[in-house]
Amino acid sequence: MRSVLREARWMAITLLILALALTIGTLALKQSPVEVFRLIFSQVLFDDYGLGQTLYKATTLIFTGLACSLAFRCGLFNIGAEGQLYAGAFAMTLVGLQFPGLPSIILIPLMLMIAAAGGAAWAIVPAVLKAKRGAHEVITTMMMNFVAMALANYLISAHFHEPETIHTAELPAAAGLPSFETMFGLFQGSPVNVSLLLAFLIAAAVAYFLWRTPTGFEWRAVGVSPDAARTSGVNVPATTIKILLASGAISGLAGSNFVLGYKHYFEQGFASGAGFLGIAVALVAKNNPIGVIASSLLFAFMSQAGLTLNRTIPREMFDILQAAAILIVVIAQNRLGGELKK
Amino acid sequence: MTFLIQVLRISGPYGLAALAGTFSELGGVVNIALEGILLSGALGATLATHWTGNPWIGILAGIGAGMLLSCLHAWAALRHRVDQIVSSLACNFLAAGLCRFILKLVFHSTSNSSRVEGLPDWGGLDPFLVLFFVIVGLCQWIVYRTRFGLRLRAVGEHPQAAESLGISVLAMRFKGVLLSGALAGLGGAWLALEQHQFTDGMSGGRGYIALAAVILGRWTPLGAAGAALFFGLAESLQIILQAYGVRVPTQFVQMLPYLMTLAAVAGVAGKSRPPAADGIPYSSEQDR
Repeated sequence: MRSVLREARWMAITLLILALALTIGTLALKQSPVEVFRLIFSQVLFDDYGLGQTLYKATTLIFTGLACSLAFRCGLFNIGAEGQLYAGAFAMTLVGLQFPGLPSIILIPLMLMIAAAGGAAWAIVPAVLKAKRGAHEVITTMMMNFVAMALANYLISAHFHEPETIHTAELPAAAGLPSFETMFGLFQGSPVNVSLLLAFLIAAAVAYFLWRTPTGFEWRAVGVSPDAARTSGVNVPATTIKILLASGAISGLAGSNFVLGYKHYFEQGFASGAGFLGIAVALVAKNNPIGVIASSLLFAFMSQAGLTLNRTIPREMFDILQAAAILIVVIAQNRLGGELKK
Repeated sequence: MTFLIQVLRISGPYGLAALAGTFSELGGVVNIALEGILLSGALGATLATHWTGNPWIGILAGIGAGMLLSCLHAWAALRHRVDQIVSSLACNFLAAGLCRFILKLVFHSTSNSSRVEGLPDWGGLDPFLVLFFVIVGLCQWIVYRTRFGLRLRAVGEHPQAAESLGISVLAMRFKGVLLSGALAGLGGAWLALEQHQFTDGMSGGRGYIALAAVILGRWTPLGAAGAALFFGLAESLQIILQAYGVRVPTQFVQMLPYLMTLAAVAGVAGKSRPPAADGIPYSSEQDR
């Protein structure tokens, strides 16, 4: 309970610093901070559509943030969520297009499994290279990102695109996850959908797995000290592979928000950096799966605020604030005694 | 011959970034921020050239911008002992956001700056290329023939031993990172001035590929430059293939440097050993 309070206090302090930075930035651009904050409250926080968009954006970030935090927690710097996300989403879409006749109850779980498998598959090369050759995962996962984007662009433009577009054909109606608008009439005009609940579920599952199961303990042990883990009988190379594959699988699911819940097709570049932002989300959450939900909301809120305010102040200001948030959190955390490794 | 020059021109920014990575890591500091440093160097050079009309001042500004960002990395990683990968990734996020922000404020565009002056030829020679060869030689000399180089390698291999000999580990590491910022900043300036403009995301992953060049070059300046040449060749392959009328989808040619990087770090070219204390934060005995 005390740790929760301490975290909440830190979050409040971070928010205050960000608000202060935004105020200074706004003044530097000769705009009125009062107007900026009024717009933030009236059009993002207390607006059906603005809030819905924030939740929609947060959904993808929760997946990628969880993927990153799981790997980071276990000592592996998987920065390949972007590529894994594309691999999963593409595989899911292809499979969905093959089975137009299946009912939702079979098709959607099938597609989700394929998405996870696709994301995991994209992590195989870095995982094996790390376990067998000691190749640093930061470089290999980043290279796999570039390969994934080039490959997806090729596959779409050469084989799977609909004429005059950069996306695939539309999936069968059975492959759709309902939005909150159609289900409850909430968040009108925004595509926020049931995959948000899936994201919550996975966050809870990751937290349970890491702290309540023996295997989760072994994984974290590998993160704290591979040598100590090896001495106590953990197969470190095999565990390394499993960690990276699990991380990739969660990234692979991230595409469900867009593919199943929103557009019902795969589009070139649809994630627009959500995989990279997942790294930032994980860092600000201090690699805590439940914290990832909070920090995803913060980052999604900042990008939505950026879009909403773009006419008043450039939305790039919020990109800078996001970077500032990472720096504040990681520096503060290390001053309080290196919690990252725990 | 023109093809060789072409390869060298493409390799140059990779080479400078790889030299940058080598200096940082020899001192024991991992620097993923190379990507962001390239980008800020490119923007710094473009802005200064745009305002003064003098590309040489642009180059200095590029170097300065690179050093500024590397200072932030050094401050977080050395002073506050933030994990070096985390701190340099944060620098990349910051650079990407800041560059887009400034691009919009100054050039009112989200994609590219207006056209700026490039460097004039030196009797048919690209001044950047001349500079590049001089710098590679200089770096090799600094690392292996000077007291500074020896000390830098000492704090990267065995900081405790270096400190017991009276070398300030953090100060040496700071210098290594700063030098790294200067070199990659110059690489960014090269990118921008060669294309006569700044475009958003123009570093295009070169900073990450340079990290692979550091490994492939086995943490020596000469090796890093050689590896960069190899990646430059991969990128130029697209031009050769087109010249010979081979029809390969462009996306596959684009993948080549990345696939080669994967092969390189997989140890296809033999195993290489990083400096022993690479990536490990250091605090001196008195601090603890």
